[in-house]
Parts: sequence; C-alpha cells; structure tokens
Amino acid sequence: MSIIVDGNTKLAVSGLTGREGSFHGLRNKAYGTDLVAGVTPGKGGQDVEGTPVFDTIKEAVTEAGANTSMIFVPARFAAPAINEAIDSGVETVIAITEGIPVLDMLETYWKAKEAGVRLIGPNCPGVLSPGKANVGIIPDSFFDPGPIGVVSKSGTLTYQIGNELKQAGTGNSSIVGIGGDPIVGTDFIDVLKLYEADPDTELIVMVGEIGGDAEERAAEFIAAEITKPVVAYIAGFTAPPGKQMGHAGAIISGSSGTAQAKKDALEAKGVRVGESPTETAAIAVETLRA
Amino acid sequence: MDLLEYQGKQLFAKHGIAAPSGEVADNVDGAVAAAERIGYPCAIKAQVLIGGRGKAGGVKIAKDVDEARQYASDIIGMDITGPHGEGPFRVDSVWVEGGSDIAEEYYASIILDRGEKKLLTMVSAKGGMDVEAVAAANPADLTKVHIDPTRPFDAAAARSIVEAAGLAEDALDQAADVLAKLAEVAREEDATLIEVNPLIVTADRNVVALDAKVTIDGNSLFRHEDLAEIADTVDDPQEQMAKEKGLTYVKLDGNVGILANGAGLCMSTLDVVAQAGGAPANFLDAGGGSKADAIVNALEVIKSDSKVTAILFNIFGGITRCDEIAKGIVTASQQIDLGMPLVVRLDGTNFEEGLAILAEADLPNLHQEKTMLDAARRVVELAGGAS
Repeated sequence: MSIIVDGNTKLAVSGLTGREGSFHGLRNKAYGTDLVAGVTPGKGGQDVEGTPVFDTIKEAVTEAGANTSMIFVPARFAAPAINEAIDSGVETVIAITEGIPVLDMLETYWKAKEAGVRLIGPNCPGVLSPGKANVGIIPDSFFDPGPIGVVSKSGTLTYQIGNELKQAGTGNSSIVGIGGDPIVGTDFIDVLKLYEADPDTELIVMVGEIGGDAEERAAEFIAAEITKPVVAYIAGFTAPPGKQMGHAGAIISGSSGTAQAKKDALEAKGVRVGESPTETAAIAVETLRA
Repeated sequence: MDLLEYQGKQLFAKHGIAAPSGEVADNVDGAVAAAERIGYPCAIKAQVLIGGRGKAGGVKIAKDVDEARQYASDIIGMDITGPHGEGPFRVDSVWVEGGSDIAEEYYASIILDRGEKKLLTMVSAKGGMDVEAVAAANPADLTKVHIDPTRPFDAAAARSIVEAAGLAEDALDQAADVLAKLAEVAREEDATLIEVNPLIVTADRNVVALDAKVTIDGNSLFRHEDLAEIADTVDDPQEQMAKEKGLTYVKLDGNVGILANGAGLCMSTLDVVAQAGGAPANFLDAGGGSKADAIVNALEVIKSDSKVTAILFNIFGGITRCDEIAKGIVTASQQIDLGMPLVVRLDGTNFEEGLAILAEADLPNLHQEKTMLDAARRVVELAGGAS
C-alpha cells in the first residue's frame, strides 16, 4: 500500500494545456499514473497527446471518471480552480501552484474540510507513491518502493534525502510534499495519521522548516498517537527573524517559529532530529535496520 | 511585506479607523516644517519596520521648534535593533503627528493564526507595552478570540470581544467598531497581521489608533496596486538588485555567498555552512529550471556584496538538470570575473554529465565536491576569516 495516490488514482490536470502543466502531467502519465483528463476552460473537446480536455473539472469527473485533481494554473486563478475542484466530486485535490494569496487559502481550507475533500498544498511538489503513481513535480528517479514514508514542506530537500535513502538500498511507501505556504490543506499530523495506518510504512521521515508551529503540533501528536518510529529534519537554523526564506511560510515571527524550538519540541517527545539531510537519512536507515 | 507606521495609518484612514493626522519627512528641515504646521506638542516617530523603537529612543514628544529640530536630528539616521535581535534598522524617515491626550492605553490586533487556520483577534486593556509580557504575566489580561471563518465578523461580534477584555464602558462601541474595521482591513487589504499598540482613549473619550503595525501578504500584491508600489522600494542594494532580476534573495551578515535550488535545500545549505564554522552571506534560491542567464544574475548579486570571499553552489537536480547548470556555470564564468573561489556540488539528475562538463572546462578557482557536507567544509576553508 501507500497513501493518497496509487494505482486507483484517476487524474485530471487543471492547466494541462499550459507549458508546465503538460510537461509534468505527461511525465506523471509516463510514470504510470492514470491520467484521464485535462481541464482548461474554453478548450473542452481538444486533447493533449490523446488525453481529452474538458471545460470543467466536474465534466472530467462525470465523463472521464477522475477522482484526483491536480491544479497547475497561475496563482491569481488558482484559488477559484481549487474551489471548483472541491465542488466537482473528486476525493483529492493536489495544488502545485505557488503564490496564492493566503487569505484565499483560508477560505478554501475550510471549504475543503466541510466537503470532506483532501487538499494537498498549495505550493507543494505533489505526492509520489513509488512504483504506483506520481502526481506532481517530484522527480521519480530518486525514489524506489520501500518501507519509509516521507512528509515534507520542501521539494529539493526531500529529493536530497530520498536519493540518500535510495543509495543506502532502501525506498519509500510514499513521498508527500505538504507545501511551504502558511496555510496548507494537509498538515504533518494528517499525513502522520495516514502513514500510521498504512501497513507498508515502517518508518516515517518528517522534513520541516522555520515558520508556524506545525512541527511542534506534530511532536505532540507523535507522542500521543504514532507507534512507528519517526525521524525528523528541520531547515533554517541560520535564518534571521522577520525574513521570508523563499517559501511564503518560512518566516520567524518575533521569537516564534524558530528551527531550534521545533527541534527541541521533537526531541522532547523522543523524535531523533538529524543535523543535516545526510545524517537524517543515515538515522532513518540505522533505525529501520536496528 | 511589512508596512511602516505611516503607511499602516494611511490604510486605516482608508477604512475609517481614527488615527492622528501627520506628515512623513526624510530630513530634519522637512520634519521641523511639518512640526511647525502641526503645532506643539507633537510626536516625532522613527519609521522603521521593527518594534521596540520607543525604548530605543526613536519616539519623542517635542514641545517647541527647538525640541522638534533636536529630536528629528537625533532620530533620522539612527540604528534600531529589534527586541529579538532583528536588524539593526537604519531610520530613514520620521512621522510627525499631533500630540494626543491619553486617558487609557489599550491593545488590539488581528493576526493570521496558521495553526488554527483562522484569523485571531487579541484585545487587552493593558496596552502601550509589550503584549507578550502582559500575556506572560497574566494570561487573563489578553483576550484572544478566533474569527469564525463561516460567519461575518461585524460590530456585534467585535463588541463581545472588547467587553470580555474589560475596556471602559464608554469606549466599548468605538473599540468594537475599530476591531470590526481591522478585520475589514485584513480581508480587503490581504493583511496577515494588524497590530494597534496602543489603541488609546483620549481625554475627550475618543478611541484612536496611536500606532499601526501592518503586514501585507506578498502573494496578494497583484490585486493591490497601491501596496505593490511600496513593495518595490527595498533598502538593501543587493536585495534591490535581486528583486529587479527576479531572484529570491535574503542578505545575511557573513562572507560565504550561497546559491542553491529550492527554498528548503537553500536553508539547509546555510545551516551546514554554519555547522562547518562558516558564516553565510545570503540566501539565494535559484528556483526550478536554472539556466545560464539565471546563474549569471545570481553570481552578480552575490558578488556585489563586498563581504563575500567565496561562493558555494549547492544543486540537487530534480527537474533541473545538472548538465544545464554546469553549462550555465561555464557560460557565467566567461561573462563575469568572479575573482574568488567557487565551490560547486552537483547531484541528482544528469550529475555525471554536469561534472564532466565542468572538468572539461577546467575553470580556474572552481572546486568540485561530491557531497553537501564536504562542499560546505571546503567553501568555509576557502572563504577564510570566519570564526
């Protein structure tokens, strides 16, 4: 097994007719993901290398059987597109788009909650379940199937750690990029819960960074609810307060949201925190083989 | 994006929140002229993006023209460091406003609570001081109430909050109106933090915002032309240059210039450089498809910081291919003379091809390392001078 995306995923890509959307949508298809539809208003009836394009996500659901929506549309149109996806009847919405106004996401977050739709992102690299399906921009060549579940706020940092795990001869049940925005649809806790229930996941690697308190909340949750070993990495020890470090959510506000506070919170609950991506991967492998 | 006090007060005025009127000035003569027009006593307030300026001597009340001149010349050009070590921030301008006759000092704010995914209102009858200290001393002194995302937040909802905070009975209606309007500023201006400290009641019982601290969501600027203009002015020359070139750059204090791809990997690179005993000079995320011109731009920005003595490129190619990066480095080295060591670590997609391209080009002063940690140690050694 794996989580969120797998062999049952039927994917509709909003923005499939665009440059980025077609590049990644077709990459996902080449990996084996069941790409059933593209969605672009006004381009219904066209196709992208054999994949039919619809005007609305709802049509992609009713006509092509889509159950997962990937959002690849520009930031200023993305929140309405996510809202459309939530209303369309899909189970999962994965929003890759970076730069969506956060108060729009606030509304969208509660809309998804109310509808019971799982929203991943925005500003995330998507979800990969090695050997089964890839929805997003994660380069699949660094990840083999295996027993480690990864959940991360960062893309490239995850690829770095995944590659080290692969070189150590292990692999992943799934890799979930939850995104680097202040408000994301799915948090560490939601994904930890899924990995805990997933029989193929034996160990969880959690990659956090400065800003907010999602890591601290996860630490409490791990102590209370997670029986599988968790290894963590936190980026941003050298980040100055008040400066946004690339991701919209990666900012230390006053004295809160520091990397040290997150590391301390996790270690206080018995979670080992690696000093570097390399050490984190090494601890994961060592724990798994102990 | 943080607004200066006077910019925040301009937003308040737009939404009908009472605040003292005044003028902004970036030189002493201008400040004195403003004071003369406004009359005495008047407040001369440093315009900096940091709290604690009062304690630092950045806010003074002038009783006459001599004091106005004295205080303006003291404040303009001073450096203020924040309570958590932020900065120092140079004061480029002052806001001169009419003196207020203060009867009560309250605190009111609305912030985005990331954990709860709601806007959070906070009100206290003990304003004018550090609100974190007030809450630490006695949590009951700070009333915190989340705004229900599914319901409108109106004066009635606001009134129950200011009542709970124990504000003076005759100020409740006005304070509730201010709180409701702050929520309107949050929604309509895409503000993720609005803090009024102090929110005062004047001797003649008017509720007035004496300060304004506002943070606007940078992702929303496409729909706020007036605020986008403010965002275009950046003080730091490297940050300005990076902005013009469309790069995500944050200036730091050290001498090791850094470029990595992806925000997370870039933060991690700064950390491992620090662990190796070095001091990072900057954060620079090269982003996704980093081609030659992006690399030239990045190197120009890093190099323009005179403190930098060595540069580290830490690339993990995902969609970005390392051979493209390597070609970019070779092209860039033909276009600009770095005059300092460049340590390159390439891993991920097509890294063998990338390494081969760099080996063949045989660039002077270029050092390759296989791992992130070795690359960090090497660049620290080459940069020298760090603790």
